[in-house]
Amino acid sequence: MISELEMGKAESELELGLGLSLGGGTAAKIGKPGGGGAWGERGRLLTAKDFPSVGSKRAADSASHAGASPPRSSQVVGWPPIGSHRMNSLAAKSAREEEEAGKKKVKDDEPKDVNKKVQVGFIKVNMDGVAIGRKVDLNAHSSYENLAQTLEDMFFRGNPGTIGLTGQFTKPLRLLDGSSEFVLTYEDKEGDWMLVGDVPWRMFITSVKRLRVMKTSEANGLAARHQESNERQRK
Amino acid sequence: MDLRLPSKVLEHILSFVDSNEDRNSVSLVCKSWFETERRTRKRVIVRNCYAVTPAAVARRFPEMKSLTLKGKPHFADYNLVPDGWGGYVWPWIEAMAAKCPSLEELRLKRMVVTDECLEKIAASFKDFKVLVLTSCEGFSTDGLAAIAVACRNLRELELRECIVEDIGGDWLSYFPETLTSLVSLDFSCLDSEVKLSDLERLLSRSPNLKSLKLNRAVSLDALGSLLRLAPQLVELGTGSFSDKLDQEAVAKLSQAFSELKELKSLSGLWDVLPEYIPLLYSVCPGLTSLNLSYATVQMSDLVELITRCSNLQKLWVMDLIEDKGLEVVASSCKELRELRVFPSGAGLDETNVAMTEQGLVYVSEACPNLESVLYFCVQFTNTAMVTIARNRPNLKCFRLCVMEPFAPDHKTQKPLDEGFKAIVERCKDLQRLSVSGLLTDKAFEYIGTHGKKLRMLSIAFAGDSDLMLHHLLSGCESLNKLEIRDCPFGDTALLENAAKLKTMRSLWMSSCCVSFGACKLLSQKMPKLNVEVIDEHPLETRPDSSPVERIYIYRTLAGPRLDMPEFVWTIHKNPEIGVSHLAIK
Repeated sequence: MISELEMGKAESELELGLGLSLGGGTAAKIGKPGGGGAWGERGRLLTAKDFPSVGSKRAADSASHAGASPPRSSQVVGWPPIGSHRMNSLAAKSAREEEEAGKKKVKDDEPKDVNKKVQVGFIKVNMDGVAIGRKVDLNAHSSYENLAQTLEDMFFRGNPGTIGLTGQFTKPLRLLDGSSEFVLTYEDKEGDWMLVGDVPWRMFITSVKRLRVMKTSEANGLAARHQESNERQRK
Repeated sequence: MDLRLPSKVLEHILSFVDSNEDRNSVSLVCKSWFETERRTRKRVIVRNCYAVTPAAVARRFPEMKSLTLKGKPHFADYNLVPDGWGGYVWPWIEAMAAKCPSLEELRLKRMVVTDECLEKIAASFKDFKVLVLTSCEGFSTDGLAAIAVACRNLRELELRECIVEDIGGDWLSYFPETLTSLVSLDFSCLDSEVKLSDLERLLSRSPNLKSLKLNRAVSLDALGSLLRLAPQLVELGTGSFSDKLDQEAVAKLSQAFSELKELKSLSGLWDVLPEYIPLLYSVCPGLTSLNLSYATVQMSDLVELITRCSNLQKLWVMDLIEDKGLEVVASSCKELRELRVFPSGAGLDETNVAMTEQGLVYVSEACPNLESVLYFCVQFTNTAMVTIARNRPNLKCFRLCVMEPFAPDHKTQKPLDEGFKAIVERCKDLQRLSVSGLLTDKAFEYIGTHGKKLRMLSIAFAGDSDLMLHHLLSGCESLNKLEIRDCPFGDTALLENAAKLKTMRSLWMSSCCVSFGACKLLSQKMPKLNVEVIDEHPLETRPDSSPVERIYIYRTLAGPRLDMPEFVWTIHKNPEIGVSHLAIK
């Protein structure tokens, strides 16, 4: 029941309507004539194939679309249905968190101000094979072991009823010793992905932008670097 | 012998009839009742500003004191209605200024309000008292200044979630020193800072102020002095709750809160820091309404607050509350009537997973008066919905937003048909329903069969075929507003149930499979409806088989509207050629 329409140039990304202009109101991308914006690409009905759903077998089919990469559900206009004020507030919040994480590096040498507890330490964690990411508070952890334990609890044990995560993994993750199926990696301020554990903890939390629990097989490039740098250090 | 009730007696009787629904019935009895009713109606509500002309309304209700208007369709809230579609209030203000100059109250929702409109209001209505703008746009803080300076008896000025061109906080200083009648002030949606001294002076001379909702720019430090000037507040929306205060300031603020003996409603609390939560403890027992939906605190802190709110009737919160927190809500807030849980992440990949369907189940079990629910959740199960329906057959509004489109029951991988079936079957007074998740036509067969009192229905990413729409239009007797996006139908259902559309306020369909030809046919068949095709990217030539981007159909006495932008097509424009020559340059 889907009809593919050629509605002119249709290369633009779908974007959530965060780009609200004052006095305007709609997703800034829609208004351009000649194919810009959501309808340029979405001249067809979005179906289940477009959305990689947790536990659904249909996710495998999602690669088949005419050129366009399937829109993430967070990139569909007006979805989820949250009003623009709320949406802007959420966007501003994550922007602030990233900004704060950046500022932390500068303040690291100053005596720790106990009263200054802002939402600084929350960073995103994604795990390969799990659609839903989590957030973890780095401030609430004192070491790599600590962090690894929390992540293991989050993705492995979880709460009863946690969607799709419990029971998926039968073995403890053992993220730090390189022995298991998964390794813990992070993206730093420069955008590079590194294996977690190389630098002192305090330095780590000032430079980490986000975390990813990656399949060891995929982390080969990184593992090599890790071994190389270890070898170099030993020399 | 004249058996008619003398009009003076009828007038007196009608003065006791408040509800407009009843007044509408009264006006149908006979001509003289119609006349008496229309001359005595003070509060006029027009729920679709294009259903009737301003002149007709002004003519019919010359004694109007209060006017409520709604403009854009609901999905405009989610950016589905393009800029410039319509909803202009200017013609209404012009008409009322000419015919009903004693208008005192204006309440607008989803309308375009310009500074000129605000200036005209200020200039035309001598005794203007109440301006409430919800989800409106098109004006700047200059327009607010015009209202502030001119309306000598202003009682209420409320801006709820408006999009305002914020030129600065000066507008507040335009309230004259002689203005002492303020009862409610809400500028929570503005960005810029107002001068604290202006605000303090305003509060000092407003002994009747009951509701104050500050914007984020008002610091925590300032809050203390403001509260001390208005201890009689019943509703408070704080500003930002995150500055660092020294011990003395904290003590003073705590004292100020404890003086708020009348406080029933609390909101704002942007960026609230966990260590400031105890400041609110003193007001908790009296609260009936608590809006924490901008408070990004974790479950343990939220819980501390909620355990103390035993009289809460309305709770808005983010999913940071988690299932465990909702369990606490269930045990602490036995008077709860309305629960809204909003997502804390802007997208699916940022959502906190520790809140599931279980949280809502807890609340449905333990809160006997729960009748209105808005719940954003990543996924759901049929069992949970069946349980909720069994627990709460008194639900009137059930809006479930499963954020993952097409998400099935995450335990059984089946569609959520059975869950929604239970809801509509058991909740016989259900008036508003939003469905989501994986749904087949069956779900809508159930809704059509059981949803007899359903007035408003919202659907996204659902159904298999035209049958879905057919079930709804033919089954839901009370259906008034239907809004659908991204569903795979349906010319056939639409045309077959065309007559139904006359009994509804409006139908919205976007990103569905409605063809241009069907729109033309429908327009021809139903002259009393406005069938608007809203297409920002129309094809050069428009074959009948091409699907339209959006269609908005509403009944109207006013005929085609005169303010349609180029991207809105109705049959009145040019039925033969269609949109091609009207394409946007």
